[in-house]
Amino acid sequence: MTAPPKLKIATTSLAGCFGCHMSLLDIDERLFDLLELVEFDRSPLTDIKHCGACDIGFIEGGVCNAENVHVLREFRANCRILIAVGACAINGGLPAQRNHLSLPSILEEVYHTSIGLAPGNAIPNDPELPLPLDKVHPLHEVVKIDYFIPGCPPSADAIWKVLNDILAGRKPELGHGLMHYD
Amino acid sequence: MSSFTLDGQTVTFDAGQTIMQAALAAGIYIPRLCYHPDLKPHGSCKLCTVKVNGRQASSCTYQAQDGLVVESNTSELNDERRALLQMLFVEGNHFCPSCEASGNCQLQATAYELQMMTPHYDHFYPDRPLDASHPDYLLDFNRCILCSLCIRASRDVDGKNVFALSGRGINTHLIVNAASGQLADTGFSGDDKAAHVCPVGVILKKRSGFRVPIGKRSYDIRSIGDLAEPGES
Repeated sequence: MTAPPKLKIATTSLAGCFGCHMSLLDIDERLFDLLELVEFDRSPLTDIKHCGACDIGFIEGGVCNAENVHVLREFRANCRILIAVGACAINGGLPAQRNHLSLPSILEEVYHTSIGLAPGNAIPNDPELPLPLDKVHPLHEVVKIDYFIPGCPPSADAIWKVLNDILAGRKPELGHGLMHYD
Repeated sequence: MSSFTLDGQTVTFDAGQTIMQAALAAGIYIPRLCYHPDLKPHGSCKLCTVKVNGRQASSCTYQAQDGLVVESNTSELNDERRALLQMLFVEGNHFCPSCEASGNCQLQATAYELQMMTPHYDHFYPDRPLDASHPDYLLDFNRCILCSLCIRASRDVDGKNVFALSGRGINTHLIVNAASGQLADTGFSGDDKAAHVCPVGVILKKRSGFRVPIGKRSYDIRSIGDLAEPGES
């Protein structure tokens, strides 16, 4: 009997800190079990730069600049199931703490008026840099998201539980102890 | 003794008790945010909505009566409760990772209990400045859910009227009853009942926020629906 084809997973971090990816790696030796069932496509773990057709997209971080929007749309276009992982992907998280301030006032303070800046310091305008968005948004405000794993970061056990539920075709659920927003 | 059924279970009650009071005495959890056993019920958060003989009612204000058929823990009611929680989360700034009340927060714990995986709606990200004027207490209005517990405690127990709700509809917000609007200019003190009833992280004692680390707090240890014994609130 041949093994069923492996599911393809793509992962990325948008306006996140890679803490959710660290938590994914914290499933430790269960990674071997996971790799029996899945293979990784675009991901910081493979260094593949663009997403092919995938079964599951695992996205940490919210949307804070134009590049985040492009990457998120690429994932939505290519992944059957998109999972928002962690506080930032779900509610904007730490980066969204700037949302009650105007973007010009933030750039002005960071690059012009704060203390300790080098003389002639200016707001970066290299065309290589993606433009920041006026506000930081959670993923579900930009594309349809199928599942959510809350936590900052979600524990390895929570990620493992949700991935297993999805791989088994169950609706993901997190009981007491696995469900955390902090 | 008089009794009603709650999700098929017989619950006895004393005359004058509400459905919520009888359920608590029987050790049955009904989700709630604006109810406190020591204060007059307000019936505003609607989390405790149950079906009484097929019609929706707030269990914290509905008097128990003999023979009522009450439904609470149903997927229909829990879906509606989850939607109410999601609206509360997007209307304020509930950034749990930076909140001193995380793990002790009834809003968060109720959302865990009702399996709220996402706030679902678009966030408002309102601008709500803090009030750090008081020497011992901080007010972080970002997390206010307008339950009015502090208002009722200050008015009915402390006799001080420190807090009030102002505005209408979506503009409703918590204010401090002083000409300056600052907590320091009221008679508020840490001995007040009002200092100890906030279900979220608005009224915070200074210099004590992280004495108990995240992960070892009330609702990290047990779920909010897991009442240790009958009668516990």
